[in-house]
Amino acid sequence: MSVRVLLPNAFQKHTNGTREIQSSAGNLPALITEMETTFPALRSHLRDESGQVRKFINFYVNEEDIRFLGNEKYSFQDGDEVLVIPSIAGGSFADGDTRFAQDLPLRLRSGQATRRAHFAQKQDRGTCRCCSYCGQEECICGD
Amino acid sequence: MAAAYELRCRECGKRYENAPLSICDECFSPLEVFCDLDAARHTFTREAIADGPSSMWRYQALLPVPDDYVPSTPAGWTPLLRAPRLAERIGARNLWLKNDAVCLPTLSFKDRVVAVALANAQTFGFDTVGCSSTGNLANAVAAGAARLGLKAYILVPADLEAAKILNTQVYGATLVRIDGNYDHVNRLCSQIADRYNWGFVNVNLRPYYAEGSKTVGFEIAEQLGWRLPDNVVVPMAGGSLIVKIRKAFKELIALGLVEEKEVRFFGAQATGCSPIATAVKTGAEHIEPQRPTTIARSLAIGNPADGIYAARAIRESGGWAEDVSDVEIVSAIQELAETEGVFTETAGGVTTAVTARLYAHGRIHPDELTVSCITGNGLKTTDVLEGAYEQHAAIRPRLGDFETYLDDRKEEGELVGGGEYVR
Repeated sequence: MSVRVLLPNAFQKHTNGTREIQSSAGNLPALITEMETTFPALRSHLRDESGQVRKFINFYVNEEDIRFLGNEKYSFQDGDEVLVIPSIAGGSFADGDTRFAQDLPLRLRSGQATRRAHFAQKQDRGTCRCCSYCGQEECICGD
Repeated sequence: MAAAYELRCRECGKRYENAPLSICDECFSPLEVFCDLDAARHTFTREAIADGPSSMWRYQALLPVPDDYVPSTPAGWTPLLRAPRLAERIGARNLWLKNDAVCLPTLSFKDRVVAVALANAQTFGFDTVGCSSTGNLANAVAAGAARLGLKAYILVPADLEAAKILNTQVYGATLVRIDGNYDHVNRLCSQIADRYNWGFVNVNLRPYYAEGSKTVGFEIAEQLGWRLPDNVVVPMAGGSLIVKIRKAFKELIALGLVEEKEVRFFGAQATGCSPIATAVKTGAEHIEPQRPTTIARSLAIGNPADGIYAARAIRESGGWAEDVSDVEIVSAIQELAETEGVFTETAGGVTTAVTARLYAHGRIHPDELTVSCITGNGLKTTDVLEGAYEQHAAIRPRLGDFETYLDDRKEEGELVGGGEYVR
């Protein structure tokens, strides 16, 4: 069993320029231990004072954030590609239903904005616990 | 003259000379720009600022650009509007809008951050710049690169709406469609920035890019007559904007341009992607990543890099964070347009709906001076309003037909005060 591990530029100072390794680790904790064994200089940078892996380091397996796969409980599969990337930002595209406007009857008329909140609460009770406008779970600002 | 500035690690404090770097090589945490406030004390004055251009560059002395940098685009200096009709609707009495829906040149606050990022791209000698984006950033980078004569590579998810693609390609940028969602695009950009000598505004130029957001805070204070508001409501994606507005206020206090005051910061997210709001509500010290499912795509970052800093800033300020559903977002877009004549994109719908909820829940007192930050233009996300308005059949150009039309609408209860003004 072998997985390909791609390391970021930020690590290279501590890995003698190595950008990629092959690992036989079975899971994330084992991989981190192996990386620390292979590159002793990396250890103190990879973990904080309490020994935890630093919070800004992310691991992805075949393009999926490992936290969505079970994190340390995930067992690497032969041929997995593991990507190590410090946190970045800039946006994320919705995975789910984004065509909301076509799915819900939004024929709302001018001047009825307060009713919209009531409408919103009725339509979206699954995620909205209360009306935005009156703040009540049982809305009092609609009709 | 710009103040001296440098990069420092937010966690371990290691200092770096200015370079296209965003990650500390000691602890792999984010780097941030630190300006020398003492050096700016004599140049960043109310008088000097008033004599400056009508753009964000009036604050150039506290932006990380070279002393002799000559801006090419007048981004920023957007209106700060009173919002009396929206205020009345949601139970507020002193509500203001910072309207970056009309920020030049591409109608979102991203023009501010891109302006600073591209100034540094030039300083570092990049001839090619890029970004990952779902729309606003793509537009801003493409336009800014065209203005400066830089090549631009914009990476987007393959299923991005046609309008957003067009609004990027029209500037001559190379648009690379990626078969994946935005997280995939973003990670790929990080790898590309490691491999290619390009300036990615939201990767290796990110510390400089993020400083551009301070100008929102500088403008709010100046437009209020050099005083700070009581509360600010800010949409949160990566969490950087809210942190930078707070940083701007603190810099103004440190330089004596405004009276010291602890402004309360309130964060706004969509329920379908609310990792920062969740952390604030639960008191968590870390951000639990989420898979975004919301129409507010420009806010849909499931694993926000600045999330812990945003949550911390909110807590320290005595503020709060809220999240709202997609239906509420659309309703709020309509409400803001109808009451104040401001057409915002989905992110502004999030901010408006959250602002309403904060008043409704008593977290903001009606009399407190509160600024709600509108960060983008509604013309960019018209898809969410598809089907929202019925189009009536055309009528003949005859007065009788028009009166019949009015009667019909009256019967359907769509007219208020119909016929009241008939002579």
